[in-house]
Amino acid sequence: MNIDLEQFRTTYINESMELLSDMEEKLLEIENGDDDVETLHAIFRCVHSIKGGAGAFGLDQITRFTHEFEYFLDHLREGKLHVDEQVMEILFKGRDIVEHMVVAAQNNTPLAENFGHEVAEKIARINQTQGSSAVAAPKEKKGEKPASASNTEEVNIYSIRFVPHEDLFTTGNEPVLLFGELSRMGDTRVQCRTDKLPDLEHLHAEQCYLWWEIDLDTTAGENEVREVFEFVEDVCDLEVLLIGGYSLPSTSAPKPQPLSEPSSTEKTADAIPVTQDASETEAQIAKAQPAATIRVDLDKIDRLVNMVGELVITQGMLYMQAQRIPRDTYPEILMGVEELAQHTRELQEAVMAVRMQPVKSIFARMPRIVRDLSKKLGKNIRLEMSGENTEVDKAIIEQLSDPLTHMIRNSIDHGIESPEKRREMNKPDQGRIHLSAASVGGRIEICIEDDGGGVNRQRVKELAITKGLIAENSNLTPEEIDHLIFAPGFSTAEKVTDVSGRGVGMDVVRKNIESIGGTTSVESTPGKGSRFVISLPLTLAILDGMAVRCGREQYIIPIANIIETMRPSSSSLSHLATGIDVINVRGEFIPLVYLYQVFSISGTEKNASKGLVVLVENGKEKFGIVVDELIGQQQVVIKSLEQNSDPVEGISGATILGDGKVSLILDTVALYRIGITASRDHLHSLKASA
Amino acid sequence: MSETAALDANEAMHALDTETLQFLTFTLGQDEYGVDIMSVREIKAWSDVTRLPNAPKFMLGVMNLRGLIIPIFDLRARFSGEFTQTHPKNVIIVVALEKRLIGILVDAVSDIVDTVPGEIKPPPSADLNIDERYVHGLISLKERMIVVLDIEHLFDKEALAKMPTHDHDIPKLSTLE
Repeated sequence: MNIDLEQFRTTYINESMELLSDMEEKLLEIENGDDDVETLHAIFRCVHSIKGGAGAFGLDQITRFTHEFEYFLDHLREGKLHVDEQVMEILFKGRDIVEHMVVAAQNNTPLAENFGHEVAEKIARINQTQGSSAVAAPKEKKGEKPASASNTEEVNIYSIRFVPHEDLFTTGNEPVLLFGELSRMGDTRVQCRTDKLPDLEHLHAEQCYLWWEIDLDTTAGENEVREVFEFVEDVCDLEVLLIGGYSLPSTSAPKPQPLSEPSSTEKTADAIPVTQDASETEAQIAKAQPAATIRVDLDKIDRLVNMVGELVITQGMLYMQAQRIPRDTYPEILMGVEELAQHTRELQEAVMAVRMQPVKSIFARMPRIVRDLSKKLGKNIRLEMSGENTEVDKAIIEQLSDPLTHMIRNSIDHGIESPEKRREMNKPDQGRIHLSAASVGGRIEICIEDDGGGVNRQRVKELAITKGLIAENSNLTPEEIDHLIFAPGFSTAEKVTDVSGRGVGMDVVRKNIESIGGTTSVESTPGKGSRFVISLPLTLAILDGMAVRCGREQYIIPIANIIETMRPSSSSLSHLATGIDVINVRGEFIPLVYLYQVFSISGTEKNASKGLVVLVENGKEKFGIVVDELIGQQQVVIKSLEQNSDPVEGISGATILGDGKVSLILDTVALYRIGITASRDHLHSLKASA
Repeated sequence: MSETAALDANEAMHALDTETLQFLTFTLGQDEYGVDIMSVREIKAWSDVTRLPNAPKFMLGVMNLRGLIIPIFDLRARFSGEFTQTHPKNVIIVVALEKRLIGILVDAVSDIVDTVPGEIKPPPSADLNIDERYVHGLISLKERMIVVLDIEHLFDKEALAKMPTHDHDIPKLSTLE
């Protein structure tokens, strides 16, 4: 396949995936009672488009399957088949099969020859009872019954008047291809009318001044004829009149259907309709959306983000240098630099916004998961979603999908009780899971709330003891027991289902979330339900930070984590026997973390009352970081350390300051963990050397 | 002011055609070492480094290489545990290991040496001061003896991760200085 076709193939696959996603949404709507025939038409078009492209790229497996599937959907939308549970099953399964085939095409991993044959056979059987699929059933005007197995074919004669608008060509359409399609449906006699042609001076080469009259003999129905012109509906005037008909003895060979396998000579010609189809499909889909969109390669956006990041650094450096110029010498330079700083900030926000996507894309997968799993487990569950339009950086969204899926499955499997049990507890039969996303204080909070039985604390505690995670006689608060479910190797399922219960679930979920700078927590009320909260940073690339100094080292603390800073009085500080210092802030005792202990820094202020305490909270814990001095607030571009060095615990990344030096960014989640441990160890080593 | 000098990779490409190997040679005290020029990306003047906590002692920290953050290792300290007294004349050689870029602090860069594979002699086991795992061989050139280093092994990521960090002594690799 030459390079051009390869590009189109990728486009085709991407768009097919979108169509399949759209189709799933619509299938769910139908299942929930939507009986608008437009939805059925939309689903038909999805499969129709996928089928068309598949032929052009030689994806025979997809072509074969979607061919039958399309007929099935056609019967549905014509009202010949009614939507019932069996039909829904076939629709969902069929869609899944097509999706698997498209993915296989994407990865070039072939599927078994007979993949999906069960469903295909079911569909074929049903199609045949409606008038066989291989031979196009003659469709007369609406209201008439289709002719069942007869020995003659009804051929219709249509007179088609196709008058394109002048701007037909600007939409990328080519009439010749339409006529080709018509000729595949039967015998055509095409006449071109040139009476609208202006003289040469007034002729615009890109306008269409021609129109056509076409006579078509075909067994197809009017709908099918009109369908050929579907994509040019808006840019032409079309008339299709049935002017006559006759019968023909039916032939045993099926009428040639437009399977559009490209012969070598037709290859380029067929490539064009696919891209036309593709761009037209995109135009169709774009029509449905309120805002115009454009498809962009992620690489291009990443490059853009990087460049803006470098710009921010350079601008910061300029700004710093400009501060040293005496105010009066070059006032315009100073003004210019100030303006530059402002513009850069705006540019940065705009560019970051490009990478932001609504969480809708991952939320959209959840209803299907809930539906399938609750069916499988025999539970009745309704999923509610809110805040789907909350935006998050694309890199975060990708990492979010798996953990979120697992948490939802967890709620369904362990949280929501069976309908019988719920009745016993005087709860409504239908369980409820509420999935929401909201922007909260510079972070994104995603909540999964269910009205199930809550965390089974008794069982969790027992299991933890059995697995050696806690000591037998340990005294844990209910919240601490709840959080045990995030411990490695934990699972309360008696048997390992393929749903959850392998005991690696919540631990991996927590790790995944932490790797993108987020935190997980749970609140539970026995008998009433549970609430899982995932807290995420807004973006991964740029940070508002507070530069602090400790000894000769400089660090950056994310502003989003800082609550307040203070110079503590000696009386507010106390020392606990466990080796941890705490500070009393308005009655609250908050533990302290000494950076010099965690990072082995020398030459620092060891006495907190002579230094500064920066109170931070990382989404879970609140603690104070002891530093020597605050340097100032800075916006920094986060650079990866791990690209070339080993990860350091407590450091989430690095940045380049205005003077070109590297500064390390503190990871407040890890810092708490190692900080408290460091204090204890420090105490031990002090005692040991005493 | 930091200066950077990019090495001409074209020279190295020519070398491949005629089966010559090229090495960048540099000095540490009285000794001369060489690294395969194909792995050298850049030579940079020494500038301040940001210390990375809980890293092996001979890892001085990280530095900004035009927007990329790379770790800087003191080669002298890697061999003997003794730190280089840095001054602006010191040089950092930026090398590309398998998957990453690192910077190596040395005293000074000498020149580029052409040789053929046959000229690289295996190190005499007893005689050498450096653990032979990290040495490809020796080149004898007029009166110079150049030790060709195996940088990949010397700064292997996994080996480094197991090394004791700042608070402890690193195992001595040689009896140099």
